[in-house]
Amino acid sequence: MAMNTRILKELYESSEENFGITVLKLKGEDLLPLVTLLKDECGFDLLLDVTAVDYPDCELRFEVVYHLYSSRHNRRLRLKVPVPESCPAVPTLTGLYGSACYAERETHEMYGIEFSGNGDLRPILLYEGFDGHPLRKDYPIDGEQPIVAYRK
Amino acid sequence: MMDFLTTRRDELVGWVRKFSIFPYPFVTACCGMEFMAVSSTLYDTDRFGAALPRFTPRQSDLLMVVGTISHKEAPIVKRVYDQMCEPKWVMAFGACATSGGFYRNYAVLQGVDRVIPVDIYVPGCPPRPEMVIDAIMKLQDRISRERHPILPFEKQNPVRN
Repeated sequence: MAMNTRILKELYESSEENFGITVLKLKGEDLLPLVTLLKDECGFDLLLDVTAVDYPDCELRFEVVYHLYSSRHNRRLRLKVPVPESCPAVPTLTGLYGSACYAERETHEMYGIEFSGNGDLRPILLYEGFDGHPLRKDYPIDGEQPIVAYRK
Repeated sequence: MMDFLTTRRDELVGWVRKFSIFPYPFVTACCGMEFMAVSSTLYDTDRFGAALPRFTPRQSDLLMVVGTISHKEAPIVKRVYDQMCEPKWVMAFGACATSGGFYRNYAVLQGVDRVIPVDIYVPGCPPRPEMVIDAIMKLQDRISRERHPILPFEKQNPVRN
């Protein structure tokens, strides 16, 4: 465990405690090794959620957020991965957690985050043909894209 | 003994139709709770001849759009409406079905009347049962005053867009 703690510390950039949840900030390329380690060695057996935050003024515009839970230790963990607007991509976690599939699909359609390796990024809440990503800050608030033609 | 009754045919047909409303509850959201309250014993729309919900649009003549309609759902509402036989009426039940309610975003249709013609609107979030009963009575009043022509099919069923 001591060795693993040392490896763990190399895989994230900063950590803080927020409302009883440990928050780790890390780079995209460290995500897969870190989560593998957390799942296999530290007992984080549940991926609760994948989502993103849009910070339009930041250099790294998007922050992909993961919530992990350990049912053995009753501990929660939040991982934040900042990604740039030019290449909003992180590796997929579908190989480790089945629940990542739907959550990544939702994050993909709402924020336009690419999950490299996830082959099934069809829209899940939106519909085919929807243009843009509605939860991005630059999406117009009344940007409707009706399927049925309106009556006169 | 001359027992007969004279009336106008429209009035007779209207009187018959207004007490045999078969609603189709298109329930999508929390207004459905209020719909349950208004159709069950306490408020009891059975008293107005509008109690028996039909769960197929082909057997119903009042489409009650109960709740928020999203853009993704609009084609379904349209299809359900198209499947109903004439004569048919539509009630927009609640603020969301009427105008989109407090939703103003990419997802929600701003009132179901953008897709299908609506005969009566019931505002409220959700509406009080009394308002729904009032709407049913107003609709019945309207049905009884409508013309009920018995004409060739295409004349009797003008395409309403």
